[in-house]
Amino acid sequence: MTTNFATFGNELYTGKRSYNFVSSKKIWFIIAAVAVALSVLLPVAKGGFNLGIEFRGGSEFTVSNVKTTEASLGEKAVQDVVEGSIPRVANVAGNTMRIQTDKLTDDETLRIKEGLTTAYGVTDNEVTSTFVGPTWGADVTKQALLGLVIFVVIAAVLMALYFRTWKMSLSALVGMLVTMFVTAGVYALSDFEVTPSAIIGFLTVLSYSLYDTVVVFDKIRENTADLDASTRRTFAEEVNLAVNQTLVRSINTMMVAILPVGAILFIGAGLLGAGTLRDLSLALFVGILIGTAATIFIAAPLYAWLRQGEPALVKQAERVERRRTESAAKATAAPETATT
Amino acid sequence: MARTGPKNSALRVLVWLGVILAVMTAVLAGGSISGQASWAPKLALDLEGGTQMILAPKVEGGSDINEDQLNQAVAIIRQRVDGSGVAEAEISTQSGRNVVVSLPGTPSKETRALIQASADMNFRPVLQAGPGAAVPTESLTPDDQLPKPTAEPTNSSDVNWVTAEVYKKFETLDCDNPSQDKQERSDPAKPLVTCEPATATSPAIKYILGPVEVKGSNIKSSSFQLQQGAQGAVTNEWAVNIQFDEQGTAKFKEVTERLYQFFVAAGGESGSDPKAQFAIVLDDQVISAPRSLAVITDGRPQITGGFTEESAKALSDQLRFGALPISFEIQSEQQISATLGGEQLKMGLLAGIIGLLLVVVYSLFQYRALGFVTILSLVVAGALTYLAIAILGWTENYRLSLAGVAGLIVAIGQTADSFIVYFERIRDELREGRGLVSAVENGWKRAKRTVLASKAVNLLAALVLYFVAVGNVRGFAFTLGLTAIADLIVVFMFTHPTLQLLARTKFFGEGHRFSGLDPKRLGAVPLYRGAGRLRTPDEKPGVVRAKNTGAAAEAERRMTIAERRLAEKQEQLAGSSKSTSKEGK
Repeated sequence: MTTNFATFGNELYTGKRSYNFVSSKKIWFIIAAVAVALSVLLPVAKGGFNLGIEFRGGSEFTVSNVKTTEASLGEKAVQDVVEGSIPRVANVAGNTMRIQTDKLTDDETLRIKEGLTTAYGVTDNEVTSTFVGPTWGADVTKQALLGLVIFVVIAAVLMALYFRTWKMSLSALVGMLVTMFVTAGVYALSDFEVTPSAIIGFLTVLSYSLYDTVVVFDKIRENTADLDASTRRTFAEEVNLAVNQTLVRSINTMMVAILPVGAILFIGAGLLGAGTLRDLSLALFVGILIGTAATIFIAAPLYAWLRQGEPALVKQAERVERRRTESAAKATAAPETATT
Repeated sequence: MARTGPKNSALRVLVWLGVILAVMTAVLAGGSISGQASWAPKLALDLEGGTQMILAPKVEGGSDINEDQLNQAVAIIRQRVDGSGVAEAEISTQSGRNVVVSLPGTPSKETRALIQASADMNFRPVLQAGPGAAVPTESLTPDDQLPKPTAEPTNSSDVNWVTAEVYKKFETLDCDNPSQDKQERSDPAKPLVTCEPATATSPAIKYILGPVEVKGSNIKSSSFQLQQGAQGAVTNEWAVNIQFDEQGTAKFKEVTERLYQFFVAAGGESGSDPKAQFAIVLDDQVISAPRSLAVITDGRPQITGGFTEESAKALSDQLRFGALPISFEIQSEQQISATLGGEQLKMGLLAGIIGLLLVVVYSLFQYRALGFVTILSLVVAGALTYLAIAILGWTENYRLSLAGVAGLIVAIGQTADSFIVYFERIRDELREGRGLVSAVENGWKRAKRTVLASKAVNLLAALVLYFVAVGNVRGFAFTLGLTAIADLIVVFMFTHPTLQLLARTKFFGEGHRFSGLDPKRLGAVPLYRGAGRLRTPDEKPGVVRAKNTGAAAEAERRMTIAERRLAEKQEQLAGSSKSTSKEGK
């Protein structure tokens, strides 16, 4: 496997094996545009995201180590205290029940807690309660949006300073925005719960997406540094080569980033049920995959596309073309001169 | 061995890393021996069990609150919670907007009410004062000698406020052991029996106070400064200045007019009529009870007498806070049982171990022996992070939350990322045909920039997340930032020097097939090698794999090399033409 992968890496490096990330950009852009459009429209059509209790406000109880996972027990325990209440009761993991209700008073909270303890045959220690006030969600949303805006602005400045060319910065940012929208879209589509933890994970994904782009763009910059003196490849081809050359790196970094996240996801969702761990890792898991893809399929081709019209690059492309026709003519006249 | 060069500098850097680790360990060990620090990181409430409340300040009239006021509010909540006998409560501000209260166990209704209540500052005239201790039972005033008000009180300083009931309460009050059940707020229109708690310089005093005359909300501002002497020269005495608003000025004038009469009647400076005092009451406790030495008509009284800079500042802060009655609304409240907290921690650690193992296995697969460098680097990064968290727990009271643990796990991948960037660069250099020693140096030069840029992005994200994060996810941003720094230290001070040294070993330098840096396997075009040898893959073909595809790949690779040589010649040509600045080829 290693040999295959190393060989794969070699072939990508020398340009023998090459994927046309740049020349098939139209397809990627269309796919991305559709994905982004869907990501914007879907939540609207579905009537918004599946917001966590932090955004809705209300009370939540988690009962662990339950003897039975019968939902009606929880419903009854709540209705005994608050008549006419329709709690959401769910079995979130192995032996854990989650009961969400509307806002409760302190007294009601205590009584429901007692009721749940007896209903599910657990000790007092195994019932956890959370209360979220109605204005908290607005606060959380405001902060999350604020964080998003601050991050994008600072990232834009940082990219501009680092790459010193606005076309590169723009491409990197577009890649990041695609990641952002599509990750949000996946959340809307799959009905994953959006909690503050998920949003933190989401913002982390943006940093991962940028980070990934920085690495690939570094290679692009290196490859295209002496382009005006070369007739080997056109600018777009150099960009494509750079993407191919860093492909193994991209896959490897994605893998090592996603493996621990996957472990948290498995533990968080499988063994603990909903909570900080699951929400955080779910957003990261989805986002890292999309972020890596966005760099390769969107950011890099976009950069090539943004620059392809520049007169110097057009001229260089012509020179490459001329050299190729010449050497092709030579090759037909005297074949195999290149081999040792 | 007086050689300089990469090898020696690598050794030097490694020694420095050792020094850093040793110093951190020594600091923690010192703290631990002196009993102030512990080896285990402190755990946040969601891992330890307890209640966390996030409170939003609410100002009467809806005006904004600044950070200073919030800090004052926190100080006051802390005082209240400590006073109510709840041990180990943690109260802090978050993002300058919210107050986070963490308590072990489940808070009682009373504690909850106490936390939410607004600070209540008032000015009341003193009716009677006495030493803080309770009057012994045997010397209590007999019932028949208790004061019996003869008339309705006419003003707040009227002794007719002191009823038998009030006086009894005054006598039995013990300021050294205040009872903890006074959750009810006093009635501003009624007299109040209360204490001025003991301070470092003065013992506790108890008072009977008249009804509220000026409200804290009438204070416009307060400050503290060194007192000006009669000639305008600055003396060594600290003073606290208050400025009342219009309504406060008028009321305060009225009060001081009355109090000044008591002051004069009692013999001025040498007198001791408590009725000449007015008490500044915060949350029903007297924080200061100065005498009125003059009639204040401009609403700018100055309080002097025995202040240190610190105590002057404290009083000034309290007054300013009192000027803005802030109450608190519970925004979110989470009760985590200790069982669940422990379970969460166990699961978090399990996730970390699984994640680490997966990364280790993947590294070994991809990078073979080089994977061990990754693992060792992760171990060093882990040690640095662990020590930092434990030390921060000691010095800054940093507590590791579940989100923080998640940040640490996510960081495993991000840390390993930098190594991959570096290793891939070295491989690229090997593919270009360099020897390992120079491939490491060149690869590092290029990877360094990328690693720095990408860590900057990580740190930026961590910072933004830290400052805008709400709720308990802040810990995630913190550990993410912390590990980004640890990662930088490790890449620069461990991974790179280690590779510099390894590049000189036979195993790696000669590209053993399990080293992960086998030039043949990387399709390197051999240039001149070290040790005066020339090696070509054609002479010693790489391990031909059993499958036919292997042979086919091998054949293809030769063509590639040929192509590459041609291309390289062209590039060299192009490069030289550029250097002599000629146009064209």
